[in-house]
Amino acid sequence: MQFPERSDGAKAIKRNPRGLTMGQQHDAYFIPAKSYWPFVAAMVMFTTMFGAAHWLNAAPGEAGFGRTVLTVGVVGVLGMFFGWFRSVINESLAGDYNHQVDTSFRMGMMWFIFSEVMFFGAFFGALFFIRMFSVPWLGGAGHGALTHQFLWSDYTASWGANGGNGPAHVGGTFSTVSPWGLPLLNTLILLSSSVTVTIAHHALRAGHRGKILVFLGLTVLLGALFLNFQAHEYIEAYHELNLTLHSGVYGSTFFLLTGFHGLHVTLGTIMLAVIWFRVLKGHFSKEHHFGFEAVSWYWHFVDVVWLGLFMFVYIL
Amino acid sequence: MSHAATHDQHDDHHGAPKSFFQRWCMSTNHKDIGTLYLIFALTMFFIGGSFAMVIRAELFKPGLQLVQPYFFNEMTTMHALVMIFGAIMPAFVGLGNWMIPLMVGAPDMALPRMNNLSFWILPFAFLLLLSTLFMPGGGPAGGWTMYPPLSLQSDSLAYVVFAIHLMGISSIMGAINIIATILNMRAPGMDLLKMPVFVWSWLITAFLLIAVMPVLAGAVTMLLTDKYFGTSFFNPGGGGDPVLYQHIFWFFGHPEVYIMILPAFGIISEVIPTFARKPIFGYKAMVFAIASIAFLSFIVWAHHMFAVGLPLGADIFFMYATMLIAVPTGVKVFNWVSTMWGGSMTFETPMLFAIAFVILFTIGGFSGLMLALVPADFQYHDTYFVVAHFHYVLVTGALFAIIAATYYWLPKWTGHMYSEFWGKMHFWNSVVWVNVLFFPMHFLGLAGMPRRIPDYNVAFANFNMISSIGGFLFGASQLIFLGVLIHCVFFSRKKATDRVWEGAKGLEWTVPSPAPHHTFDVPPIIHDEELAHGNVHG
Repeated sequence: MQFPERSDGAKAIKRNPRGLTMGQQHDAYFIPAKSYWPFVAAMVMFTTMFGAAHWLNAAPGEAGFGRTVLTVGVVGVLGMFFGWFRSVINESLAGDYNHQVDTSFRMGMMWFIFSEVMFFGAFFGALFFIRMFSVPWLGGAGHGALTHQFLWSDYTASWGANGGNGPAHVGGTFSTVSPWGLPLLNTLILLSSSVTVTIAHHALRAGHRGKILVFLGLTVLLGALFLNFQAHEYIEAYHELNLTLHSGVYGSTFFLLTGFHGLHVTLGTIMLAVIWFRVLKGHFSKEHHFGFEAVSWYWHFVDVVWLGLFMFVYIL
Repeated sequence: MSHAATHDQHDDHHGAPKSFFQRWCMSTNHKDIGTLYLIFALTMFFIGGSFAMVIRAELFKPGLQLVQPYFFNEMTTMHALVMIFGAIMPAFVGLGNWMIPLMVGAPDMALPRMNNLSFWILPFAFLLLLSTLFMPGGGPAGGWTMYPPLSLQSDSLAYVVFAIHLMGISSIMGAINIIATILNMRAPGMDLLKMPVFVWSWLITAFLLIAVMPVLAGAVTMLLTDKYFGTSFFNPGGGGDPVLYQHIFWFFGHPEVYIMILPAFGIISEVIPTFARKPIFGYKAMVFAIASIAFLSFIVWAHHMFAVGLPLGADIFFMYATMLIAVPTGVKVFNWVSTMWGGSMTFETPMLFAIAFVILFTIGGFSGLMLALVPADFQYHDTYFVVAHFHYVLVTGALFAIIAATYYWLPKWTGHMYSEFWGKMHFWNSVVWVNVLFFPMHFLGLAGMPRRIPDYNVAFANFNMISSIGGFLFGASQLIFLGVLIHCVFFSRKKATDRVWEGAKGLEWTVPSPAPHHTFDVPPIIHDEELAHGNVHG
């Protein structure tokens, strides 16, 4: 990286209300101005968490103020995101962000996605442990022989409908979701959405705004379609298959893994929709469109997680 | 841009804002945010310390003396959570915030607003955590590791889980910021292998944080759903396994203990060369040792769980992998000693704490090796021997390094020297009483005293009383530290020079003392001979 020579020009400070750019060259440091959004963010996050905890802890039938606080917190979080991102977008449009800031943003997004990978890793790890060790051990395999003999000698270890809810048959008899119906369709939908978002990206780099809007819009629709089918699948699981969150560890892993993934698809779809409106307003140029790229990275990540889910939760 | 203006002085054109709220709550300044982190950590250190005093007071004599057993359990749990997530980790982040930009020639952290958010989440998270002590049903009392099924009985589990989520979000954002700063904001000429060891240690620590804090979030989320949403992750009746929680928790937990020690290694690697007036011995070996320790930290987690009945193959694998850590750690200890060998040493307070670190941390390392042996661990598991071990690595290790760093950089932060006499008083009191406090715990543990228990067999009475006396006096000694800090910040008249310490090298000593509100508006020119470890290629 080339930096400006330490000449007279290097000491000139560009001042504007949004921050400080130090040095005159494009590559010089930029430090954003003070902002109350981080403090607001901390407050609304606390409000959300406190409300959620209070709500969960309320005794059954107890009114409690937890839900009200939670609602206020969630609305606050949404407002905070809106406000904070609006100020960042304005700064970006004003041309304050130089190459170095852009690189920092990219690194931030990449490492954020890595942290998400590790978050899903914890749940996949739980799934693998349960399927490879805890269920077979309960059935008497390996060093689980005594547990099996003394506690649950009539339990035969197996995954899926015939043993996935453990020796106590927690949640009662259930059936599993066939991978070759909605899940397969959802796989095709998400894979196609990865293709459409990439076509939109190429169109952005080529400067074809109409094409971006069409393909990015298609991606948003595919994301929404995925969520719609996922909801259908959940309703069917609950009402027809008796597969619920309570269906032993099979139901636990099924709903937590697909549920957290669905939450990420929801976020990704909202992010894509925001980006669609930003394209409409002409926020992006051929060279500068980090917001677009960050969201598309996120979308690809969500897609890859789904492939893992399809393989390990549905098929195997 | 029309607002362009020229300035000759680089410390007056944009000083700290006047308004309190603007300066501290809206900050984008790494120094102010670093200060906030450090003040927060110090506050939490005294809160967590007061919990420890309750524990030692109750254990002063056998029999239930002062508090109810449930409250005692709350104290052991909260002491750990507050000290780990509230004192040690934020202190390191505060030091990193203050020093990393100064050490690599950056004007600030890479993402200054996110930096502010990372900090401000913490007071709220601890408000959430500590408030549980005053709620009906009480706070968490199942130990900081929150093993199910015990932790699922707690009425405050949701608050604790959400507090941990907030702390995790804060840590992850802080770590992302540190990585982006180190990789993207270095001044030209500050090659990766010219960076101070402290910066290297934080780069690797930040990676560990991003890798494992989400895993902790996943583990506690499963606790939450098991308690409130009827899942069966940790319920064998439903096909789950409580040991699964331990695996996931310690997959986080073991890298976590290195998160609390690697920056300490970095600090010691800065302090010892300064006062030995020699470059660090084996700079590259030090860096690679930190990286090896970080790698190994991912494949040793089950040594916390030898006693749960793991398959034999797992016991053996985790035992050997754990003992392997002694190799890179040994490299570090030998290199610190070699750095001092033949140096012209002086013994100012930071150096005293650093030398105490090398000796006492090594004791903690050796007891760790004993615990790594599966057959021995079956005896030591959940006894006071374990308590002695991790307090040697965390108090005389991590905490002593933080104190050393505070004395070392305090003149740079405040522009004034602290009182060397009272600094040494703090040191000698700390180092004597900390050993009176923790060394007898080895004997208690080997004799079979279990940890986390408010009452004990009369056979353990003498050592417990000695330990409690050490505890009270070690606690009191920290008030000297508080006094030294207050004196230095508000009353000291002895101006610090820019270099502060005769043997100090590195970019942070080239800026004035106190460091101006903004430093390195223009990337500094790096002269290798001015860096502590710059000449590694030659």
